[in-house]
Amino acid sequence: MTIMMYSGTVDKLLPLAIVTSGAVSMDMEVNIFVTFYGLLGFKKGMVETNQKFIKDFEEFVPMIKEQLKKKNIPSWYDMLKKAKETGKVRIQACSTACDMLDIKKGDLDPIVDEVVGVGTYLAEASESKVTLMM
Amino acid sequence: MSELKVTADKVVDARGTSCPGPLLETKRAIATIPVGTVLETISSDPGTKADIPVWAKKMGHEYLGTIEESGYWKIYVRRKK
Repeated sequence: MTIMMYSGTVDKLLPLAIVTSGAVSMDMEVNIFVTFYGLLGFKKGMVETNQKFIKDFEEFVPMIKEQLKKKNIPSWYDMLKKAKETGKVRIQACSTACDMLDIKKGDLDPIVDEVVGVGTYLAEASESKVTLMM
Repeated sequence: MSELKVTADKVVDARGTSCPGPLLETKRAIATIPVGTVLETISSDPGTKADIPVWAKKMGHEYLGTIEESGYWKIYVRRKK
């Protein structure tokens, strides 16, 4: 499975972690290509502190945050780390977006494996049975 | 399916965790038991009782059945490979 991760908000990072964990349970390899605002979500420090949600449904955010706590749902970051420990998950940062946002490999959390170009993403996506953009 | 008669060789209690926590715990646990033995996953997440039979089929294990308890399910899978 290949996922283009465009968003850096918790409402998309959480489904990213859930679908990746599910894929790992199914013995599927997962490549996550992180681009644009997605990169901001993967910055050092930001991975633990990010509280950003999309604005469209912002009136639901307090309820969602309460439910996440009440239902004991792990953070997207912990979930993704566990998926990576359990199966084959590679997280790649888009080089052009890194340039635009002035982000170096060292600015990103170590959960990110490497900085690659769109060619690597396409090579992997073309071999994948499942491709998603989030 | 309360007439299901099966003895588990290992039990994973994943109650209180939501999807896909119990499935991931099941995947990790089945790797630790010998082929031919039975794993019981206890889950309070309703998604898991749908997911484990599908997962078992895809992974080549044998789904044996589910026992519904009050507020949770006991799901049995035999490791086949």
